[in-house]
Amino acid sequence: MRRGIPLAITFLIGLFMLVDFFVPHYRVSDLAGEMKQWGTIVIAASILLGVGNLIRVHFHKIRRRRDGWQYSITTLLIMAVMFAFGGPWGTIQEGSAFNWMFLNMQVPLQSTMFSLLAFFIASAAYRAFRLRSAESGLLLTAAIIVMLGRVPLGQLLTRALPEQATLPWLTETIMAYPNMAAFRGILMGAALGVMAMGLRVILGIERSYLGGEK
Amino acid sequence: MKLCLSLVVLLLLVSAAAPAADDAETVDPLMSDVEGAVQAPVDSIPPAPPSDLAARDHIENTDAGDKIALSWSLSPDDGAGAGDVIGYLVLRHPSPDAPGDTVAVVGAGSGRCLDEAVEPGTAYYYTVASLDGANASEPVLAGPVAGRTNLWQPARTSVFVLMIVFFALVMIFTRLAERGAALFIRRIPGLNAIEEAVGRATEMGRPVLYVPGIGEIDNIMTIASLTILSHVAKITAKYETPLIVPTARAVVMSAAEEVVKEAYAEAGRPDAYNPDNIRYLSDAQFAFAAAVNGIMLREKPAANLYMGAFWAESLLLAETGFEAGAIQVAGTAMVSQLPFFVTACDFTLMGEELYAASAYLSREPKLMGSLKGSDWMKMVTIILMGAGVILNLMGATGIVNWFQTQ
Repeated sequence: MRRGIPLAITFLIGLFMLVDFFVPHYRVSDLAGEMKQWGTIVIAASILLGVGNLIRVHFHKIRRRRDGWQYSITTLLIMAVMFAFGGPWGTIQEGSAFNWMFLNMQVPLQSTMFSLLAFFIASAAYRAFRLRSAESGLLLTAAIIVMLGRVPLGQLLTRALPEQATLPWLTETIMAYPNMAAFRGILMGAALGVMAMGLRVILGIERSYLGGEK
Repeated sequence: MKLCLSLVVLLLLVSAAAPAADDAETVDPLMSDVEGAVQAPVDSIPPAPPSDLAARDHIENTDAGDKIALSWSLSPDDGAGAGDVIGYLVLRHPSPDAPGDTVAVVGAGSGRCLDEAVEPGTAYYYTVASLDGANASEPVLAGPVAGRTNLWQPARTSVFVLMIVFFALVMIFTRLAERGAALFIRRIPGLNAIEEAVGRATEMGRPVLYVPGIGEIDNIMTIASLTILSHVAKITAKYETPLIVPTARAVVMSAAEEVVKEAYAEAGRPDAYNPDNIRYLSDAQFAFAAAVNGIMLREKPAANLYMGAFWAESLLLAETGFEAGAIQVAGTAMVSQLPFFVTACDFTLMGEELYAASAYLSREPKLMGSLKGSDWMKMVTIILMGAGVILNLMGATGIVNWFQTQ
């Protein structure tokens, strides 16, 4: 019974969404749109659960003086400051303190994290392109061609050759045929996997996402 | 000299009189709707009319029966012939002889129009006339046609048929599995590695980190990830190894709490469940990545499992995990992130393998049946693709057109 009601709701809503895909009648589409909005509202309201979890986890960490408990104080303090300014004076209004802190603290920090990706890509590429076997040799060759073919230097190096031997042409060929074939193969497999997973969820065969098999 | 002067005056008079004569010409009333008609070349010969006018009920995803789609073949004078067609005037009539309301003036070179203001269920007639700068052709007529609220999207019939075939295959193999038939499932090294990774963490006395991606709970990859989490939690409960689950979405955190708690209970170790290990970090992508990296460096998990939907943070996480020396297993259907995981992780589940995980790990007959059904559907898809390529090369485009969806 504990699992029965969620499984019944999943079955009915899942089936209805499937019907919505094939039946274009506006009443069906409108109801489906309404249901999607309910989902959005539930997800938005759930942020309270997240905040509760954040406070509890960091509070316990500070109380038990676990490794890095000082960071937890910072986290809770900044959250309190953002909440204190965002509550009474608004969040996204231009000129508000919350907006200023978001634009001048969080956004630059996120940009910094994102820019670190360039260094991580370099170190990952260094490992990936090491020549260890025939397959890795193939990968290395393809990578060199594609990387050079995407910059003006590649064009410059092979401009005296016939078009089919130039690096930009080889790059386009690698990207359009072997790369695209693999890409689509994975996508098609994943699409079938999604359908199988969806069917298992709708029919209640797959129920471990609800917290257990029983 | 006098003769030359007279000739010049005469020419000037003639040139001045010519526009006056044009101004006096009666402009077709149909032209009154055509913007820029005066700029077009002016003659007294109407352009050739369009042909093959077809009017049909327009079916769209939110179909209220209030749209009718029109299509026609261009006038021979549109871009060719006299080349003076500047557009088409589309009129809607309640009956073939009644005067019509203007629906649209469509520019030259286009043979399509959508009437978005029809009364559902009312029959209409449509006329389309081609226009040059001053004249309109004989209108061509189509109808009657009425807009209807449809109960079926014909452009998706192929999807429906293949879905039924797929569902039938899944049901057949599920039934076979339930009857005890031995179903061969290919080995997926990444899934076998999960238990090894947890075992290694246990030996080292360090925790296991499970990242369920940053997708919302409505993302099917997140659902697949939660099913894998359930299996992982049972193993960690058995081995008494701490399991840390950082999440980027509050609903996912809530679901993960439930999944892990139940898994520990099913494994007979409810006391080992630590709610502080299921953590909501941040909805912001890179704040989440920074926080998970912090966990990797401070709490030093020996096994990192990344399963679910990942975007640009994938490499930030996997590279940090690699640097921290953890054994790493990743799984995602995000094709653009797969190369990063393949590079930085020890094992990677690609695309469908993520969805196959719960069946593969549990070996439950019902789940195995769906896995086998998926494999057979792949075979059907490959056969259809091959047939489509051959038929298309032979000029039979019907099968390819049938598969085109809206």
